[in-house]
Amino acid sequence: MNKIIIGTVFFLFMSCGEKKSESSQIEIISISENDISITTSGEKIPSIDFETLQPLLNKYNDTTYVVNFWATWCKPCIKELPAFEKLNTDYGQKKVKVLLVSLDFPKQLESQVIPFIEKLNITSQVVLLNDPDANSWIPKVDTSWTGAIPATLIYNALNRKFYERSFTYNDLENELISILNN
Amino acid sequence: MKTKRIFAVLFLLAFTAFAISGFIKEENDFTVKGYKIGDEITAINLMNVDGTMTSLTDFQDALGFIIIFTCNTCPYAVANEDRIIALNDHFGSKGYPVIAINPNNPKAKPGDSFKLMQKRAKEKGFAFPYLFDEGQKIYPQFGATKTPHTYIVQKENGKNIVKYIGAIDDNVRDASAVNEHFVANAVNELLAGKEITVKETKAIGCSIKV
Repeated sequence: MNKIIIGTVFFLFMSCGEKKSESSQIEIISISENDISITTSGEKIPSIDFETLQPLLNKYNDTTYVVNFWATWCKPCIKELPAFEKLNTDYGQKKVKVLLVSLDFPKQLESQVIPFIEKLNITSQVVLLNDPDANSWIPKVDTSWTGAIPATLIYNALNRKFYERSFTYNDLENELISILNN
Repeated sequence: MKTKRIFAVLFLLAFTAFAISGFIKEENDFTVKGYKIGDEITAINLMNVDGTMTSLTDFQDALGFIIIFTCNTCPYAVANEDRIIALNDHFGSKGYPVIAINPNNPKAKPGDSFKLMQKRAKEKGFAFPYLFDEGQKIYPQFGATKTPHTYIVQKENGKNIVKYIGAIDDNVRDASAVNEHFVANAVNELLAGKEITVKETKAIGCSIKV
């Protein structure tokens, strides 16, 4: 019963928030800038190793993190990117943050990844994971991950779920809600 | 007394919910199919880029195979083409030829059509079969999820037994910075009659397009 009430309150809260989404964009960017060690789009995308990424996959506070592994040339990744952007915008005020982890070739960071992010005006945080030894770090992201992209991790202090699949906005939102409500 | 009963009911409900969720999870786990180390693989009979149907039984002298799911379009796969060629050059004559299989459906990925496979094989001078998984029927049996994705099999009493699953080496994106040659090490160990030290590895790859 309690769960139902909480769920209902949550849905009401959400539907109010959605209408505000456009005006809240500036605030979202400022939230991102507060985040330690990560720059937002418009600035240079940091190229980091897994040791630097790992803490960002294990932050246990009041925020829910949506971490998407992608590459500029990966068609299903690009197709679902707007869904992640929309999620970042729509849920930015509800303590949800999207982190886009590019697995592009490190030498294409300047020529491909940065122009792509700028062209699409991506507001979510973006990093390039430049760590060669994937055999070591893939299982540390999730033991079930075979290494195929796109792949997504959604986690907060209470829940953690990994998906080796593509998402539509509705699917992604449903997964996020199930993690927020759990 | 009444509260006790309510607690009992609540407990039962919670237990049922828990049992159901456990059951669902277990069912989901079963959907992760595919070969494990020690499994016998299915018969492969697929169209090669040379226009002939190719089967593993065509290779009477082979001791085993380096089966690699790869394609024309995935940049990670392309970054590994020269490494695949080198593996076949080195191990083909020693009894472990490369068998490359394109698992992608050209309807989803036009760049992986049979015609373009032929073109790519010619450009790169593939000296090994580059097979088309028509109808995408073979890769799910292996449990391949991405390109490139490698399976080493060894012939044992006429059966092809899985000995290694995973990455070609420890650096998909940069061949010049490889430290561990997983596939080469594994085949060398098989050739020496040893147990493979690293039987399963992971690498980033492009999801198979169907």
